[in-house]
Amino acid sequence: MSYVPDNFKYVESHEWIEVLDNGNVRIGITEHAQNALGDIVFVELPEEDSYAIGDECGVVESVKTASDIYAPLTGTVVAVNDALEDAPELINENPYDDGWIFEMSIDDANELKDLMTAEEYRNSIEDEE
Amino acid sequence: MKKTHLHQAHLDAGAKMVDFGGWDMPINYGSQIEEHHAVRQDKGMFDVSHMTIVDLVGPESEKFLLKILANDVRKLGDGKALYSTMLNESGGIIDDLITYKRAANNYRIVVNAGTREKDLAWFEKQIKAFDASITERPKVAMLAVQGPHAVEACLEVLPSDISKKLASLKKFSCLDETDYFIGRTGYTGEDGVEILVPQEKVIELWNKLLQADVKPCGLGARDTLRLEAGMHLYGQDMNEEITPLECGLGWTVRKEDFNFIGADALTTLRTQGITKKMIGVVLAERGILRHNQELVDENGLTGIITSGSFSPSAKVAIGMAIVDKNMGENVKVKIRKKELNVKCIKLPFVRNGKVLI
Repeated sequence: MSYVPDNFKYVESHEWIEVLDNGNVRIGITEHAQNALGDIVFVELPEEDSYAIGDECGVVESVKTASDIYAPLTGTVVAVNDALEDAPELINENPYDDGWIFEMSIDDANELKDLMTAEEYRNSIEDEE
Repeated sequence: MKKTHLHQAHLDAGAKMVDFGGWDMPINYGSQIEEHHAVRQDKGMFDVSHMTIVDLVGPESEKFLLKILANDVRKLGDGKALYSTMLNESGGIIDDLITYKRAANNYRIVVNAGTREKDLAWFEKQIKAFDASITERPKVAMLAVQGPHAVEACLEVLPSDISKKLASLKKFSCLDETDYFIGRTGYTGEDGVEILVPQEKVIELWNKLLQADVKPCGLGARDTLRLEAGMHLYGQDMNEEITPLECGLGWTVRKEDFNFIGADALTTLRTQGITKKMIGVVLAERGILRHNQELVDENGLTGIITSGSFSPSAKVAIGMAIVDKNMGENVKVKIRKKELNVKCIKLPFVRNGKVLI
């Protein structure tokens, strides 16, 4: 079973969301997602722009395939992980930490309530593993 | 789903399995990039037992192959291998395959797994006019052991009488011994062999190769290796809608006795003028090339990427593409909403461990 940290939130598109102390959120893809993709060789980082919940905002590409990244919440991208430009494999090596992809300031904290808990996400991927 | 005789061995080696044309096959054993490098720099092995092996015998076997293959089997001495396409009446490619000549009118043919049913049906249909017969060999397993040190490892683990003969086996030749049919052939652009053995022998061979530090490699690495080597993949770089003359396989089409199935269509095409060609493309910017992305040059001439991926050896995105034969120098690829620059090159990208781009 892939590691799913308890203190993060999740969406069906296999992204994790960490609520930071300043109220912004940090986003990446899960261990399960990086494992399914295989060796990651390119990340198209989001533009620092505003997005509605569910908007495509970037792409993670492995040798095998390309996978879109979606804005899990409505808000504005305020930071991206530039280190991924030269070292996209950080997502494989450390998906929940060095492999983070972008940060957003969010418009509506109520949207956080609709995200999956770690328990719910674990159940959702159980069948695939 | 169908399983090869090595299925459990793959799981034991930590394979991640995928459905590959109805076969449960290893895509990788952890990192396909590491597997790729193992083959380029050292040695790796692939279970390719899902491929379809058929034996052809009978007094008119050669005549039959001259009819169904675009290449010329008369070039083959005993114990030699030949790459060819097999065409339909319109000159479209039904499949690409390897034919080994074992002796006069005695051949072994390896065709793709994904095209098995239509290939066998085509053989059955065409062979009726000939005094020859074809038999599938589903119980023969096949291991491709590839890389600059692959043959050394095989010499270590094979029975000594086989090893002695393998040591002097030339490229594109085969060794045809009881229980061991070994071709010095492959699909990676490196030296190596393809070993065909009765399936009850293959697990022992796999385990001995493991002990000789031959790295298990999945279909993921097989794809990036063949792409770097500029080798075509059936269903992507060619299909029944395109002739060998339009996708970089003109070199496999024979010049004399132009009377194989599809030859008339090729003659018509030549008279009318061939409008397409196969090239290699290298992405000059950040991103990854993929199957079906469109290319366009400064004059609006177009093309399509037939195979694209990240090249682990060159560390850039590469692709094979079928383009207008007059395609210019300034070519762009459409990736999502962007148009990015590509460099056009002559295939291959990598050969015998050396990056050529």
